[in-house]
Amino acid sequence: MPANSFNGQTDYGIGIGLRVPHYQHILAKKPVVDWFEIISENFMVDGGRPLEVLDQILEQYRVVQHGVSMYFGSADRPDRAHLQKLKRLVRRTKTPWLSDHLCWGSVDGTFTHDLLPMPYTLAAAKRTAEKIRYVRDFLEVPICVENVSSYAEFHVSEMTEWEFLSEVVERADCGVLLDVNNIYVSAQNHGFDPYAYVNGIPSHRVGQMHVAGHTKFEKYILDTHDHPVLDPVWKLYAHATQRCGVTATLLEWDDKIPSFDEVHDEALKANQFIGDARAAQPAKKSVSRK
Amino acid sequence: MTHALVQPLTAANGLAAHSADGRPMADVAASFIKANDRLTAFERLEIYARSYWFRLIDCVYDDCPGLRGLLGERRFDALVRAYLARHPSRSFTLRNLCDRLPEFIRATPRLTAPRTALAHAVARFEWAQTVAFDGEARPVLTPGDLAGTPPTRLRVGLQPYLSLLELNWPVDDYVIAVKQRDALRSAASNAVDHGPRAVVRKRVAVPRRRRVQVAVHRLNNRLYYKRLDRPAFLMLAALRSGRTLVQAVAAAGPRVRPEDVRTWCATWMELGWLCRRE
Ligand SMILES: [Fe+2]
Repeated sequence: MPANSFNGQTDYGIGIGLRVPHYQHILAKKPVVDWFEIISENFMVDGGRPLEVLDQILEQYRVVQHGVSMYFGSADRPDRAHLQKLKRLVRRTKTPWLSDHLCWGSVDGTFTHDLLPMPYTLAAAKRTAEKIRYVRDFLEVPICVENVSSYAEFHVSEMTEWEFLSEVVERADCGVLLDVNNIYVSAQNHGFDPYAYVNGIPSHRVGQMHVAGHTKFEKYILDTHDHPVLDPVWKLYAHATQRCGVTATLLEWDDKIPSFDEVHDEALKANQFIGDARAAQPAKKSVSRK
Repeated sequence: MTHALVQPLTAANGLAAHSADGRPMADVAASFIKANDRLTAFERLEIYARSYWFRLIDCVYDDCPGLRGLLGERRFDALVRAYLARHPSRSFTLRNLCDRLPEFIRATPRLTAPRTALAHAVARFEWAQTVAFDGEARPVLTPGDLAGTPPTRLRVGLQPYLSLLELNWPVDDYVIAVKQRDALRSAASNAVDHGPRAVVRKRVAVPRRRRVQVAVHRLNNRLYYKRLDRPAFLMLAALRSGRTLVQAVAAAGPRVRPEDVRTWCATWMELGWLCRRE
């Protein structure tokens, strides 16, 4: 869906993550980029260079906030001081929507700084949805939750991951940040069909997509974000775009980061799939009206 | 699961064979994680444990190049792992990961002996850089703020991002030298020709004992270290602890002349160090 209530009725194109090695290039050369995704936590600081850079970026570019520490799936209640800090940043960036992960990662105030998979149970879905609603109401900004890549499944799970994701976002009435690379990685690690995943989620709730590179090991795939996007992920992205409509898309490249141009060119490869999806869209609409 | 993750890895960077309560880790893992056709529950848990530890260890490596240079790879690695086992992250951001490292070094001297005091000084200095990088800045003090309050009652604050350190070694010079060495080393390792390796591999000499007073601060959002004379340091330390201006001048010592104080204050105001007290 190009513009919907989950991405603040925006119609953003292809963006890339704002990363430190590119600061100088971006500020000096001011390259044309549709939008930047920032990691909220990197700018939830009290002063100094990070906020100076952010303000310079905000003068030139549209910015969307992506978080890594909300842990919607953790049992801890959201910390109010933390939310207030985040809200100050939301006001600063005027992010049209805010994303974070469908995962857990903290227990009793100890942080793992990882995006840990959840047990896919109804009780967990209910609790998580409640937390998402609370955070959205506090921050007063639409929220998209992102599916994470995972390497473990739990005995207690009662449903598939995409059923769980659907359950959570329907109950929270929030959006989905569909990370197609994460779907692919988890599909390989757990032996499910990634296309069934994409077909199984409420497509009208997808407000943003992520693509990224991963690394194949002998017995599993690791979500490393240190490579170009692999072909099967682009193929899955093409399918997701046909099903959900052309959606704001972001390339994640977080390790062994090459030049700005290399990252941006890789992201722009999404254009070829977007073109195909646009061409297919009128036909899709007439089908969905039945 | 968190208990298993935060438990230290084995020497071969694997998941420990037993959990903290003595149960076989394979049983612990299998009790909640499913195996698949390629990986056991233990192996799946191990993926997470390794990524937890490597992420945190990497972060300390990035924040503490001086401490790493001082202790050498093996001892530094052991220190980092022991620190993280004792003090897992309590903050939403990895920025704060090393905030308790100086205190930990002092509390567990065997990990850094015989250089515990120096290691403690380097760790304090490196934490001060994190604070200076993105710590809070309050509105700077203007001459107008000073007018109207008698010096006997005037209390002046110091910027929260400013750290005042009295160290028994010139740790600032040492850390600069280590960073320069590391920069050369990484430039050389990116080059195809490994010729200059022998030159850049040299150790940075451990500093000789000499008491210095250093301010770690920022100016125009760049990090700086500034050496201070001891009286100036004492006056700043007194201001930080909430003394009035008159008390702070007295703390600087009997030999300080009024013109010294005026010069210092002018410099500190120019650097933006002085602010109103909350
Ligand atoms: Fe992602």
